[in-house]
Amino acid sequence: MSDPSTASIVSTPPATMPTEAGSGAPTNAGLPESAKQQKPRGLLGDAWLDLRRKPLFWISAAFILLFIVMAAFPALFTSGDAVNGALERSRVEPSSSAWFGYDVQGRDVYSRVIYGARASIVVALVSTILTLLFGGAMGIIAGYRGGWVDAVLSRVADIFFGLPFVLGSIVILTTFNGSGTDNGEWTIMGLVILSLSVLSWPVVMRLMRSSVLATKEADYIVAARALGAGTGRIILKHLLPNCLAPLLVYGTIMVGSFIGAEATLSFLGIGLKSPVVSWGIMISEAQNYIRVSPFLLFFPSAFLVTAVLSFVMLGEAVREALDPKLR
Amino acid sequence: MSEQSAAGADGSGRPSGRLLEVDDLRVEFRTRDGVAKVINGVTYHVDAGETLAVLGESGSGKSVTAQTIMGILDTPPGFVTGGEVRFHGKDMLKQSAEQRRRIRGEGIAMIFQDSLSALNPVFTVGFQIAEQFRIRRGLSRSDAKKRAIEMLDQVKIPNAKGRFSNYPHQFSGGMRQRAMIAMSIALDPEVLIADEPTTALDVTVQAQIMDLLGELQRERQMGMILITHDLGVVADVADRIAVMYAGRIVEEANVYDLYRKPAHPYTLGLLNSIPRMDEKGQELRTIKGLPPNLMNIPPGCAFNPRCPMAQPVCRETVPPLLQLGHGRASACHFAEELVNRD
Amino acid sequence: MGRYLLRRLLQLVPVFIGTTFLIYWLVWSVPGDPFAGKCGDRGCPPNYRAMMTEKYHLDDSIWVQYASYMKNLFQGDFGITFGGREISDIIATSYPNTLKLAVVALAIEAVIGLGAGILTGLRRNGFLDNLVLVSTLFLIALPVFVIGFVLQWVLGVKWGIINPTVSNEMRFSELIVPGFVLGSASMAYIARVARTSIAENRRADYVRTAIAKGLPMRRVVGVHLLRNSLIPVVTLLGTDLGALMGGAIVTEGIFGINGIGRQVLRSIVTKESATVVGIVVVLVVVYLVMNLLVDLLYAALDPRIRYE
Repeated sequence: MSDPSTASIVSTPPATMPTEAGSGAPTNAGLPESAKQQKPRGLLGDAWLDLRRKPLFWISAAFILLFIVMAAFPALFTSGDAVNGALERSRVEPSSSAWFGYDVQGRDVYSRVIYGARASIVVALVSTILTLLFGGAMGIIAGYRGGWVDAVLSRVADIFFGLPFVLGSIVILTTFNGSGTDNGEWTIMGLVILSLSVLSWPVVMRLMRSSVLATKEADYIVAARALGAGTGRIILKHLLPNCLAPLLVYGTIMVGSFIGAEATLSFLGIGLKSPVVSWGIMISEAQNYIRVSPFLLFFPSAFLVTAVLSFVMLGEAVREALDPKLR
Repeated sequence: MSEQSAAGADGSGRPSGRLLEVDDLRVEFRTRDGVAKVINGVTYHVDAGETLAVLGESGSGKSVTAQTIMGILDTPPGFVTGGEVRFHGKDMLKQSAEQRRRIRGEGIAMIFQDSLSALNPVFTVGFQIAEQFRIRRGLSRSDAKKRAIEMLDQVKIPNAKGRFSNYPHQFSGGMRQRAMIAMSIALDPEVLIADEPTTALDVTVQAQIMDLLGELQRERQMGMILITHDLGVVADVADRIAVMYAGRIVEEANVYDLYRKPAHPYTLGLLNSIPRMDEKGQELRTIKGLPPNLMNIPPGCAFNPRCPMAQPVCRETVPPLLQLGHGRASACHFAEELVNRD
Repeated sequence: MGRYLLRRLLQLVPVFIGTTFLIYWLVWSVPGDPFAGKCGDRGCPPNYRAMMTEKYHLDDSIWVQYASYMKNLFQGDFGITFGGREISDIIATSYPNTLKLAVVALAIEAVIGLGAGILTGLRRNGFLDNLVLVSTLFLIALPVFVIGFVLQWVLGVKWGIINPTVSNEMRFSELIVPGFVLGSASMAYIARVARTSIAENRRADYVRTAIAKGLPMRRVVGVHLLRNSLIPVVTLLGTDLGALMGGAIVTEGIFGINGIGRQVLRSIVTKESATVVGIVVVLVVVYLVMNLLVDLLYAALDPRIRYE
């Protein structure tokens, strides 16, 4: 029981609590069986019905869609120039011609905020996918193989888990992306993605591992093995579908927190760098003018916060819908 | 045959001298899928020194009735929509939360089915028994411990002193149920409700627990309500039996009468479904069909879709619980025929 | 129990070595001359170069470097900076500040997080419940530096209630806002775990039994319900101290607190590799020890858990 994981929002106590049946399941002693069986729906169908009624779900989904479109086609939203500015407009306050005003170098804040979505979202999405794939694979291997493989993989995960997140990414990024280096835009992005994923996969691995361990001994898996199903088939057909739901929920929330993490790193001056446009960079540049031009801080922060919240809320909504106990 | 109104044993609602009476109780569960009418006018009573067995399938409302008596119904989803529960003639449903609390444990106590989940896993068994002496009786820690060990002794737990400081999961199922019983009788209750006390246990242990319960009930002259779905358990212990179906009492009688000549087709079906030694080789007789959906109880008699004797009247009129004399009653349009057949 | 403890301690060894080696390798393998820019424009004098090279075994392989570093470390020698300062001095002055901040954060977390979790767990779906759900979502979602800036700007600059930065004396009253900022995400997380845990356990059979025993509601909730529900929360709080200390970099930066987070950031920028490694070693040890303690606490809190 070496993993009371702090970092994950998803793995509520059950994942790490080796208790017996005792504490769980609120008994519906009174509720007649027949009443519950009335409409047979699957867990997913139930969850969908639940989700459909939640305004929070629709709002966050709409925002996410908006941000993704913004990241893919920023020109749809603005015809302005996000990179080049005119110094005579430096820190001009928001007006009807430039809604969000101009930054220190006279660049249009509105266009920058729109174009900033791309870097933030791409970094967050790719890191999430990488983390899920790698952590998920490690978790399946550790959980399914058990024995020394599990022991070694778990210790390796512990090593990465033991590194404080911000500190770890700072060290990684300064090593490969320090002041002396001149990496290209895409290399820097890749490095940020890599450092986020390298420090996050252990959480996914633990989630997956405990989920595999829980289902591995289920009767239908044992039956499938007894019928001669191969390892690959059991994992693909039986284990994966069962573990997918928590993984998806966690992934959604992770996109949100990675957007925040990317911004934090850019803010500290070790993540993405100008001329790349990202919300974190904008906030970082704005912090010196917090007293005179707070609007410079406000707009990128608002976009950042909305994006992070949308993903986290979507994940939350799905999690609640998937967890019958919370109804 | 005197027809009896649903308003109470003597129709007037004044104290009748009964220890505990449930009178036309109605409870529904409001869920997001709809309203389930779980209890639809249950009336029964128990006196000091007698054992009433409440018999029924799961979902018939026997446990919910008990929870309502104890005041531990989960609200929501459960809501009492009508009726009274009188203890010493006073309607408990109208009493304050504090008054009801004082009755729990001292007036009416309850034994639960699954002792593993009913006992708090993180406190010792001894603590959970002694707690009542400390909180309710104001005893000191050491006195309460002494009394708790006495209680464990009374329910025949070997090495009671040593067992005092064990946790529930360290007990075997039977021993844990004994501890549960010790806890429930600690404050000397007048009524003991046992909700399927042996269902979770091995057959051999079941008999021991029932013996213990019977013994304690006689010694202490408690009124006992024994809730069960097991006809076999009932016969030895109960004085009277109330059979429940779809949230109503469908038949009430003393044990002898009920077994000899049931006055409701449902009871008849239950008795027939017990395998008998003299009918070896024959097919087991079961009651056809399923218990009704409580969100959509069929009109008329709730049992009519499954009843071999059903007539058109059964689909239209709800049969009232009619007294048949000798303290027996049946809620069937054809109760007379059933009793008078040979 | 003894054997379990031994096994856990043995498990810690590879994790400790792995984590510290990883950091050691990363910071010392920074491309470029480690002496670049250390001694002004003229470059470092050869004897200084030779001294530092020998001190850190810069001519040997990374394995030898690491091994000798660890050997010194276990003798209490954290090494010296390129400027000649004892690294143990740096840690000794900055560490207590971070610890103070983390403890304040932990206390705020426990009080507010637990309070909100218990209240909403007992009364779900009310106004307060929704308020807590939404505000915790915000706290979890917002990056620490956004929360920090907003609070610093509103409370410190705009309203002038607090000093925007913390003075060197690290008075408790100055640490409340930074502590809140540092612990904000964990606080929200704790509130949520407590809420779910209590709401789940509230309908548990043993709570029903406690009510059926005629215990006063205060005791049912305060003893039977809370004792069970708070087990996961307490463990969360325990593991959090290590995480808070490692995560204090941003908070310390915003509020100008002279803690290890700021030291480590400064050392990374100035390529004081030995300082970085020294601080990380201390952080990792705190983190691992706290995790071990929490595991043991678990057994004390839940008698059903037996370590074999």
